Amino acid sequence: MDDNETMGAMLARRGFGRRGLLKFAIAMTSSLALPPSVAPVMAASLARARRQSVIWLSFQECTGCLETLLRSPSPTISSLIFDFISLDYQETLMAAAGSAAEQTLREAVAAGKGEYLLAIDGSIPVRDGGVYSMTGGRSNVSMLETIAADAKAVLAIGTCAAFGGIPKAYPNPTGAVAVEDLVAGKPVVNIPGCPPVPEVLSGVLAYFISFGALPALDDRRRPLAYFGTTIHDQCYRRPFYDQGKFAKSFDDDGARQGWCLFELGCKGPTTHNACASLKWNGGTSFPVESGHGCIGCSEPDFWDAGSFYTPLAGATLPGWRNAAIAASVGLVGGAAAALSGRRKTAPKPEKTP
Amino acid sequence: MTMLEIARGPAMQVSILIMVGGIGWRLAGILLLRRRPQRAAPRHGFVRRICGGLSAILSRFIPRRTFRRGTAVSVVLSAVFHLGLAVVLFGGAPHILLIRQITGLTWPGLPKGIVVMASGLTLASMIALLVRRMTHPVLRLLSTVDDYLSWLVVFLPVFTGILLSGETIGGYATLLSLHILSVELLLVWLPFGKLMHGLLVFAGRGAMGVTFARKGAAT
Ligand code: SF4
Repeated sequence: MDDNETMGAMLARRGFGRRGLLKFAIAMTSSLALPPSVAPVMAASLARARRQSVIWLSFQECTGCLETLLRSPSPTISSLIFDFISLDYQETLMAAAGSAAEQTLREAVAAGKGEYLLAIDGSIPVRDGGVYSMTGGRSNVSMLETIAADAKAVLAIGTCAAFGGIPKAYPNPTGAVAVEDLVAGKPVVNIPGCPPVPEVLSGVLAYFISFGALPALDDRRRPLAYFGTTIHDQCYRRPFYDQGKFAKSFDDDGARQGWCLFELGCKGPTTHNACASLKWNGGTSFPVESGHGCIGCSEPDFWDAGSFYTPLAGATLPGWRNAAIAASVGLVGGAAAALSGRRKTAPKPEKTP
Repeated sequence: MTMLEIARGPAMQVSILIMVGGIGWRLAGILLLRRRPQRAAPRHGFVRRICGGLSAILSRFIPRRTFRRGTAVSVVLSAVFHLGLAVVLFGGAPHILLIRQITGLTWPGLPKGIVVMASGLTLASMIALLVRRMTHPVLRLLSTVDDYLSWLVVFLPVFTGILLSGETIGGYATLLSLHILSVELLLVWLPFGKLMHGLLVFAGRGAMGVTFARKGAAT
């Protein structure tokens, strides 16, 4: 693809006309919670836009995030957004390896200085000088520091990059941290999820390509339009929650009738993500629809937040042994206080006539 | 650690242990109270005394005719409060889950709408009871810090529970944390103030009824 080709030209070449682009812009503006009047503006901007340089660095990660973004079920315009960006460095996808890859990275950074988007998947280990994850002899920390310095914005893709994720889970042996813990003075967008919903990334990219800025973010730097509500807010099982109808096990009558999975540990009420509205696999379903409660994978420290199967209403109890000790201490203390009180207020011996 | 993790974990454990220890303390104190020796011969035998105890437990639910007019407002408000609280506590699905986790006992929950309505009635009755306590000259004179503190630690869980059910302000996680923390405050205060009547009310009435029956007094 020619680097100077506009997105409109590229889409036309792929069989998507003006109408298709407008439909895409309408879908994107509605998913980004923008007013409908913005759709034609977005379509026009996208049609004119030239390829956006993206440098993608993979740190402590499992490649699940990249997999989910690449394995789009059909060639929608949404997936073509990924084709339209100029992915100038991505170790897993690029043909170059070793010092050739290093050279590619240096060139991409120099060529796009101040203009490229830096996408990160994976957390960054900082313990022991960052030795637990290195590329070409450089630690992730050092790579992030230098490459983020010349980026226009940084996208932390997946829960590991956004919040530390599973590498940061207790006892966090590598001292893993999130991207935002290390990047200062640059706009950072967190797109959490294990893995994240691909359409959220395409929405953020479409917005950035159209308007040259990032969409509105919440206090955790997540795109508000996708993370402003919880799974529970948009869950189709919600009426059953409100009626108090809960599945008691994964295969009981209630579960088969689609009752709420709260008692089976669903973390939907505390999880902000767009799974329930955008769904997965081309809009087929999402975990709750497939019969399993939400595990809260897009929230910080979800791995350490207790069992996936403990209901949110449950608690970590002190145990019978500790309760017995507390009761004994109380009984002994109370008895001692009562006896000393009795001694102080002992009645005088009754006089016999 | 998030606020919710603290609320569901260490804070819950500490508050339960304080409550259990406090209940032990109070029970020891009550059991070791100095009792005046009973010098008169008992008027009734064991069975009649037990019946007297049971009768005292039940009869105290109905106010005496002599006091009915003067206490009607308090009685009605207290009844609404206690019944509402019972519906919320034993009918709310998340509460049943916690009870199941602790005791293994479970039963079907009520629809959320009913529980929210009961919470609203409980809250309204609590506010009315507080206003009455603060405006009634005798009640105000008799009220101590314990009365107000006990009111507050019951009010907060009901209030945060209503906010949580509607997910009105703040996110679900924040509201859930506040709700659990407010319940923990209640657990900590429970053994040390008048809220202990929740555990002792029937034992106290029963013991009084047994003593009355022994003396041949009406229960
Ligand atoms: S299944 Fe989960 S997300 Fe859906 S209503 Fe029940 S608790 Fe909420």
